[in-house]
Amino acid sequence: MSFTPPPVADVLAAIADHFGPLETSVFRGQTRLVVPEQQSLELLAFLKDQGFNLLVDVSCVDYLEYRDPPMQMRACAGHRYGLIYLLCSTTTNQRLTIRVFVDDPEPTVRSVVSLWEAANWLEREVWDLFGIRFTGHPDLRRLVMPEEFTAHPLRKDYPLQGRGERHNFPVITRENS
Amino acid sequence: MSSSGKLELPENVVVSRLDALANWCRKNSLWPMPFATACCGIELMATGASKHDLARFGAEVFRFSPRQCDLMIVGGRVVMKMLPVLQRIWQQMHEPKWCISMGACASTGGVFDTYAVVQGVDRFIPVDMYVPGCPPRPEQLIQAIIDLQDKIQREGTITGREFDTAGRQLRKRALVEIASPLSVDASRNPVLQRELAAEAEALSGRS
Repeated sequence: MSFTPPPVADVLAAIADHFGPLETSVFRGQTRLVVPEQQSLELLAFLKDQGFNLLVDVSCVDYLEYRDPPMQMRACAGHRYGLIYLLCSTTTNQRLTIRVFVDDPEPTVRSVVSLWEAANWLEREVWDLFGIRFTGHPDLRRLVMPEEFTAHPLRKDYPLQGRGERHNFPVITRENS
Repeated sequence: MSSSGKLELPENVVVSRLDALANWCRKNSLWPMPFATACCGIELMATGASKHDLARFGAEVFRFSPRQCDLMIVGGRVVMKMLPVLQRIWQQMHEPKWCISMGACASTGGVFDTYAVVQGVDRFIPVDMYVPGCPPRPEQLIQAIIDLQDKIQREGTITGREFDTAGRQLRKRALVEIASPLSVDASRNPVLQRELAAEAEALSGRS
């Protein structure tokens, strides 16, 4: 049995009133919305006021050398990083996916920790693995990689086997242990 | 001594070398340190449980403090964030001590040939026994422990190196000095900066 979330036409209409036309697409009953980076924080704050009180996830995709334009969306063609915000309303059970596209050399978006406290570690993880800088984040440190790590390993131009970080440790032998 | 120059022993007395006796005690009372990070840890637990009953070989006393252990069993992949922990625990264990690298991941990195996974713990700590398998059956681990017991009986205390405590401490300190620029970077660690500052202040107040 598959779950299809309730339609979000009312929310999309409200967004169109406030922010003008934005690109949307629907896949298996789930609605995606592409937002320019300049409007992302305002739009997410607006959505929180509309009842989307639960931030399910913040994630990212690196589209470097991607075969097709991501998801056949026009607005994101040519962009490198696609951020994903998954929102949910716990009262109406509506769900909405927000895409924000950013680019090199300094991929930056504004942090949403001020809206959802849950974004704190999620944004730290995205910063750690993709190197997206979240301005306004209270504590933007690495989350999963060691502190002395310098790269962002989920970027597509980072080699799978790393740059030798995994070999960079002192060797303990029988003599010095 | 009898008049013929031969050693005469009372009944029920056996003569042996002290080394052999000590090694016999050690090999039959191994206390494992379970460094289990993945599915090998489940097999490790099964090995200790009643069906396979590691107690038959005197190695059932799993302790979670390195100070009480003399056999480290590394079961599972070790990532680069975990390796300094592994090395610290190994150094905290008392001599004499041994290490079993259990399973493909601990021995070679296994299928995880990625940026974060150490490609075999034997690159960074000494290993006595390797157990193949993904994960190995409890029987395989038991075989490794039996083989290790043979090794302990053969090698054991012959060098007496485990009694050279002072020399070992010196060598350890040298290693920490080598390791410190990599693992401890005060410029990115405000807590350490505060501690170092407080230490410097205390030192200047004393002089």
